[in-house]
Amino acid sequence: MVSIFKKIFLFYYEGFKGMTVGKKLWLIIIVKLFFMFAILKIFFFPDFLKTNFNSDAERGNYVIEQITSPINNN
Amino acid sequence: MEHFNLALVDWSRAQFALTALYHWIFVPITLGTSFIIAIMETIYVKTGDEMWKRITKFWMTLFGINFAIGVATGIILEFEFGTNWSNYSWFVGDIFGAPLAIEGIMAFFMESTFIAIMFFGWNKVSKGFHLTSSWLVAIGSNLSALWILVANAWMQDPVGMHFNPDTARNEMVDFWQVLFSPTAINKFLHTISSAYTYSALFVIGISAWYLLKKRDVTFFKRSMVVGATFGLITSLFMILTGDESARQVFRVQPMKFAAMEGLYYGESNAPLVAIGLFESAPNPQNPKAKEWAAKIEIPNMLSYMAALNPHAFVPGIHDLVHGNKDQGIVSYYDRIARGKTAIQALADYKAAKKANDDEKATTSLATFNENYKDFGYGYYDDPHDLIPNVPLTFYSFHTMVGLGTLFVLIFILSLFYAVKNKITGKKWLLYIALWSIPLGFLAQEAGWMVAEFGRQPWVVQDYMPTLTAVSNIDHTSVMITVLLFTITFTVLLIAEIKIMLKQITGFKDGGH
Repeated sequence: MVSIFKKIFLFYYEGFKGMTVGKKLWLIIIVKLFFMFAILKIFFFPDFLKTNFNSDAERGNYVIEQITSPINNN
Repeated sequence: MEHFNLALVDWSRAQFALTALYHWIFVPITLGTSFIIAIMETIYVKTGDEMWKRITKFWMTLFGINFAIGVATGIILEFEFGTNWSNYSWFVGDIFGAPLAIEGIMAFFMESTFIAIMFFGWNKVSKGFHLTSSWLVAIGSNLSALWILVANAWMQDPVGMHFNPDTARNEMVDFWQVLFSPTAINKFLHTISSAYTYSALFVIGISAWYLLKKRDVTFFKRSMVVGATFGLITSLFMILTGDESARQVFRVQPMKFAAMEGLYYGESNAPLVAIGLFESAPNPQNPKAKEWAAKIEIPNMLSYMAALNPHAFVPGIHDLVHGNKDQGIVSYYDRIARGKTAIQALADYKAAKKANDDEKATTSLATFNENYKDFGYGYYDDPHDLIPNVPLTFYSFHTMVGLGTLFVLIFILSLFYAVKNKITGKKWLLYIALWSIPLGFLAQEAGWMVAEFGRQPWVVQDYMPTLTAVSNIDHTSVMITVLLFTITFTVLLIAEIKIMLKQITGFKDGGH
């Protein structure tokens, strides 16, 4: 059992180690994911309904109010 | 309508459009090259010819670069649903959420598992297992596309759901109807076949560059043959699915269909405008209708395209706005009135429930259910606000169709001369093939604009207009993110193109 995990680990380890252009790509992916989750998600993309309401009932009532009272939607 | 914050709606749309536009630069190439690579590797496994292995590896590297840069750009779109489109996200409920969740799980497990074997597994797993992994990466990435396109198709043709007035959510009542609606099937088939065509252009375009430079000629002639064969089959399929998609649009989104053809007044034996140019000045008699400056028509073709009947009546924008009793078309004026009744009935229902007035709640709910199919129309006073941007939709549609037809011709010629071993002498064709890469991208974006601009003002056809779908947030923050995204995405795009170009231009087949 251990040798299977070891084999899988070595498969990935050697694969990543042997990468050439892939290293640059991984760097771009890591920078992008950091930018998205550590900056954009926290500062610019809080989930509006999740953040502002505590329950689904409140969220539902709010959306009904929004879609039936367009005059308040500004 | 004047009560809505239109600046917020416009900036939110700009933000979403910008993100989707950049996302779609990478995705179609991933979808198609994954299959092209699997085909190349299959030839290698069948023939044992080492050059095919090197060909597979070359295209696999380009696929990897594209995949790496493209991966996760879609996550930002999902963030935007929660932040900017919270009313929409809530309203569509699990119908949109379920396919997206399946997409996420499928993409993660299938692609991330087998893509590692595809890249790291050469000489470590058997040829058969490696080949199977390559095919599974291709199938997995395309199945991911299926789910997101099913969700998009539902927005264009909402089926298989029931609106729950207590929760304000649409609930899925028939998963199979959502999955197998004719719009979903056509959208999936047409989108992936156009992505395959674009990928084939990518392959023949890069191969053409090498052939123009007379570098690794055999290597890239072989790539050209696979790319052109794949492209010819998929572009013909793309035309077939596009034809069926147009009929589907005619059935479920007649306004979009009329805008695609710039048809203001409906007619039987309707001609198809093959090439047309709108007048820039408005018509003094009817400033909301565009006049033709020039056009070339094919008689009866539009009627045939819409209903497979050259004499069929095709409603124009005027018929949809004002109604047409002879053709049984209800006017937008009537639909607006019904929509307003539905909105009021929903508000009354909620108020009655709060006041424990069961009788009023029951009658309000009955009125709501009776008029719900025109719910979204109730947000408008002027039916002309329900007309999409006609010139933009028309030009996008005709650009897409024109380029799609041109691509078929490019694939036929490329394949013919490559098989005849005369491709290196046809420099004009090689230049066309090379320049067809940006044209492929243009066709992709034009198709997306037809689908997304043509359906405006709807985010969910007939039920939810874009202006009610947005979150009640400050539009300045949305404006800032648009600016931030433009900079970030452009930097990433430049990085990708640089890495890709370095990989392409620096390649030399080590087999010689």
